[in-house]
Amino acid sequence: SRKQLVPPSVDLPRFLFRLCFQLSPTSPEPASLPAEDISTNSNGPKQEILLDDDQEDLFAEATEEVSLDSPEREPILSDGPSPAITPVTPTVIITPRVDASMFDRSPDEDEEAEENGDTFDLQIMVSDPEKTSLNLFNRNEFTVKRRFSDFLGLHSKLASKYLHIGYIVPPAPEKSIVGMTKVKVGKEDLSSAEFVEKRRSALERYLMRTVNHPALLKDPDVIQFLESTELPRAVSTQALSGAGILRMVNKAAEAVNKMTIKMNESDAWFEEKQQQFENLDVQLRKLHASVESLVCHRKELSVNTASFAKSAAMLGNSEDHTALSRALSQLAEVEEKIDQLHQEQAYADFYLFSELLGDYVRLITAVKGVFDHRMKTWSKWQDAQVMLQRKREAEAKLQYANKPDKLQQAKEEIKEWEAKVQQGERDFEQISKNIRREVGRFEKQRVKDFKVVIIKYLESLVHTQQQLIKYWEAFLPEAKAIA
Amino acid sequence: PPSLHHKTSGSSKESHPRAVNVDLQTDATLQVDISDALSERDKVKFTVHTKSTLPNFKQNEFSVVRQHEEFIWLHDSFVENEEYAGFIIPPAPPRPDFDASREKLQKLGEGEGSMTKEEFTKMKQELEAEYLAIFKKTVAMHEVFLCRVAAHPVLRKDLNFHVFLEYNQDLSVRGKNKKEKLEDFFKNVVKSADGVIVSGVKDVDDFFEHEKTFLLEYHNRVKDASAKSDRMIRSHKTLCLMETFFLFVCRFFLKVSELFEKTRKIEARVAADEDLKLADLLKYYLRESQAAKDLLYRRGRALVDYENANKALDKARAKNKDVLQAETTQQVCCQKFEKISESAKQELIDFKTRRVAAFRKNLVELAELELKHAKGNLQLLQSCLAVLKGDT
Repeated sequence: SRKQLVPPSVDLPRFLFRLCFQLSPTSPEPASLPAEDISTNSNGPKQEILLDDDQEDLFAEATEEVSLDSPEREPILSDGPSPAITPVTPTVIITPRVDASMFDRSPDEDEEAEENGDTFDLQIMVSDPEKTSLNLFNRNEFTVKRRFSDFLGLHSKLASKYLHIGYIVPPAPEKSIVGMTKVKVGKEDLSSAEFVEKRRSALERYLMRTVNHPALLKDPDVIQFLESTELPRAVSTQALSGAGILRMVNKAAEAVNKMTIKMNESDAWFEEKQQQFENLDVQLRKLHASVESLVCHRKELSVNTASFAKSAAMLGNSEDHTALSRALSQLAEVEEKIDQLHQEQAYADFYLFSELLGDYVRLITAVKGVFDHRMKTWSKWQDAQVMLQRKREAEAKLQYANKPDKLQQAKEEIKEWEAKVQQGERDFEQISKNIRREVGRFEKQRVKDFKVVIIKYLESLVHTQQQLIKYWEAFLPEAKAIA
Repeated sequence: PPSLHHKTSGSSKESHPRAVNVDLQTDATLQVDISDALSERDKVKFTVHTKSTLPNFKQNEFSVVRQHEEFIWLHDSFVENEEYAGFIIPPAPPRPDFDASREKLQKLGEGEGSMTKEEFTKMKQELEAEYLAIFKKTVAMHEVFLCRVAAHPVLRKDLNFHVFLEYNQDLSVRGKNKKEKLEDFFKNVVKSADGVIVSGVKDVDDFFEHEKTFLLEYHNRVKDASAKSDRMIRSHKTLCLMETFFLFVCRFFLKVSELFEKTRKIEARVAADEDLKLADLLKYYLRESQAAKDLLYRRGRALVDYENANKALDKARAKNKDVLQAETTQQVCCQKFEKISESAKQELIDFKTRRVAAFRKNLVELAELELKHAKGNLQLLQSCLAVLKGDT
C-alpha cells in the first residue's frame, strides 16, 4: 500500500510576514471543541455556514481551463468606502512561526459547510528589530483561529476597497479541490489529509502575499483578521473565490468592451506592460501544458517499470543458473523501487507546479482587472469632461435667455462638473501611479516565486538521484557475484 | 529522412557488439567486423571487413559491401544445411527498422510552426540522436551475427560464408518475393505444428528432457521481459524529450542554468545505455533461445524419424519385404540422430555458458553506467542549485 504522500508546500520568500500552518491529525470526536475556542460562532459541525449565493455547482469552475471568456455574470461588488490610501513602506520585520491544529470535521456535515468550515490556527510572531514607531499589533506573539470562509471574507473586503484604485489584491484560494488541472495523481481522489494540506498551503501563500503588500498590511481589516480573537462571521457575499474574481474581472472587461473605449494611451509603459502580461499568460499556459505532459509521461514510465520488474522476476525464476537467477531477482527489486521513485517524482512535480500555476493564473487575472479599472477610470474622467463641456454650452445659451434661476443652476452645475473633472484626473493619475508601483512589485515577486519552486523541483531531482545511487550500488555486487 | 554515414571504428565503445557475445576468442586466423555503414532511404549498406591468415582467401585483408538481405541469405543457407542440423545456428540479425524514428521526425516537421526555432532545433537534435542510436544498434546486430559464425569451429569453414566475406560483387540475393514468403509462412505453420508433436515425445535422455522443459519456459519469459524492457525504455526516452521541452518553457520564467540542460542529456544517455545493456541483451537471447529450441526440435524430429525407421524395419523383417531398404533408412536415421545428439549436447552447454557470461557482463556494465550517470547528474543538479541559491 502506498504511503500517504503529503504534497510539498511552497514556501514563498519571506521578507515581512511568515505564517505557516502545521496540522495535527483530525480528532475523531465530532463534538469536542478545544478549550480555547472563543469564537462566538461555534465551530461545531452542525453550524450552517452560508457563504455564497451561488446556486451553481461549486465544482463547476474547477474543471474548466481558466479562461477569461467566461460568460457568467455576477454583480460586481459594491464600491465600499474608498479611502485615499497613501502607501507606506513598512519597516516592520516579522519572523515566521508556525503552529496549527485543525478542528474536527464531522463526516455528516453537508459538503458545502464542510468545505468552508475548515478551521485553522494561526500562530503569529511579530518581531520588530528596527523598533519603529509603527506599532501595528498589540502583542508580539499570539494565536488565533480562523475558518476558511474568514479568509475569503477578508479577501472580498480588500478587493472591494483596493482593486479599483489599482492595487493588485492577491486572489483568494480556490474553494474547490481540483484546481486548474485535470491531472489526477494517484488512483484515488485526494484523501482528507492531502486536501487539508493543499488548502492549508494555499491559504498560507494567500496570506503571505497579502501581508507582504505594504498598504494591505496596514489595512484595519487585515490587522483585525490577524489579531482579533473573535471575528464576525462572514456574511454571505458574492465573488469570494478566485473564480468569483474571474467573474468580476470578466464583467469589468465586458463593460469596458461594451463602452468601446478607445483609450488614447499616452503612456507607452502601459501598452508595453499589457503586452507583457498577455505574453506571460501564454507562457503560463505553455508551462501548464508541459507540466501535465511531464507528469503524464512519468506516470507511464512508472507503470512500464513496474511491469518490467515483474517480468524480470519471472525470468529470474526460470533461469536455471543459481547465481544469475538471484541477480535477476535482485534486478527486479531494484526496478520496483525505481518505479516507486518515479511515482513520487510525478506526484511532487504535479503539486509543486500546479499550485504555482494556479496562483499565477489568478494573479494575472487580478492584474488585468486593475488595468481594466484604470481604463474605466480614464473613461469616467473623459465622460466628466464631456459633461462639463455640455454644461458650459448650456450655460452659454442661458446667458441670452432671460432666466436668472436657471443660469445660476447652470453655473453651479459647471462648478460641480469642474470638480468632477479634476477629481477624475486625479483619480486617473493616482491609479496609474499605483499600478506602476504594483506591477514593479509583482514582477520582482514573480521571479522570486518561480525561483523557489524551481529550487524545490531541483531538490526533488537531487533526492531521486541519491536514491538511484543507493539502489544500484546495492545491486552491483550481486551482478558481479554471477559466476 | 536523414541519410547517415556511420563509421563504427573508433566510435562509442558501448555499442561494441561483442558485449552481447562473450566467448569469442580474438582468433587471428579469422576476424570479421563491420567497419562502416551507410544509411540511405530504405537501404543500409554494411562494409564487412575481414582479416584472415587462412589459405582459403586470396588476400589477408579485404572488404565487401553487403545489405541486410544477403545476411539473411547466409543465415538461411545454414538453416537449410543438413550438416549443421546439430548446431545452434546463430540467429539472423533483425531487419533495420527506422520507421518509428522516421515517423517521429516527420511529426516534428509537421509541428514546426507551433514552436520556436530554438525549440524545434533542440527537438530535432534529440530525434536525430535517436535515429543514430538505432542505426548503431542495427550495425551491432549484424556484426555480432558474423562474429558468431566466425567463432564457430565448423560454420567458420562454410563455403557460403567465405563467398559472403570475399566476393566483391553483389550476391544477387534478392528479398523473397510474395510466393516465397507465402511458402515460408506455410513452412513455419507446419514446423510449429510438427514441433508440438515432436516435443510431446518423451526423451529418454534426461539432459535433453530437462533442456526441452527449461528452454520452453525460458524462451517465453525472455520474450515477455524483452517486450516489457522495450516499452519501459521507450517511455523513458519519451520522458526525456518531455523534460527537455519543459526546461525550455521554464527558461522564460527563470534563467535556469545550462547545467540543468546537461542533466537532461545525461538522462538521455541513461535511457540509451539501458537500451544497449538490457533491452538488446534480452532481444538477443530471445533469438538465441529460439535457435536453441530449433535445435531441440531438429533433434526431436530426428529421434521420431529414427523411432519410426526402427518400427518400419521391424515390420519389414516381419513381412520379409524391402528389408534392405528399411535397414538402410534405419541406419541413416540412426546416424543423423546420433550426430545431432552429440553436437547438440555441447552446443546447449555452450549456450548456457555464453548466456550466463553475457548476462553477467551486461548487468555489471548496466549497474556501473547507471551509477556513473546518477553521480554525474547529482553533481550537476547540486551545482545548479548552488548557483540558483547563490544569487538572491
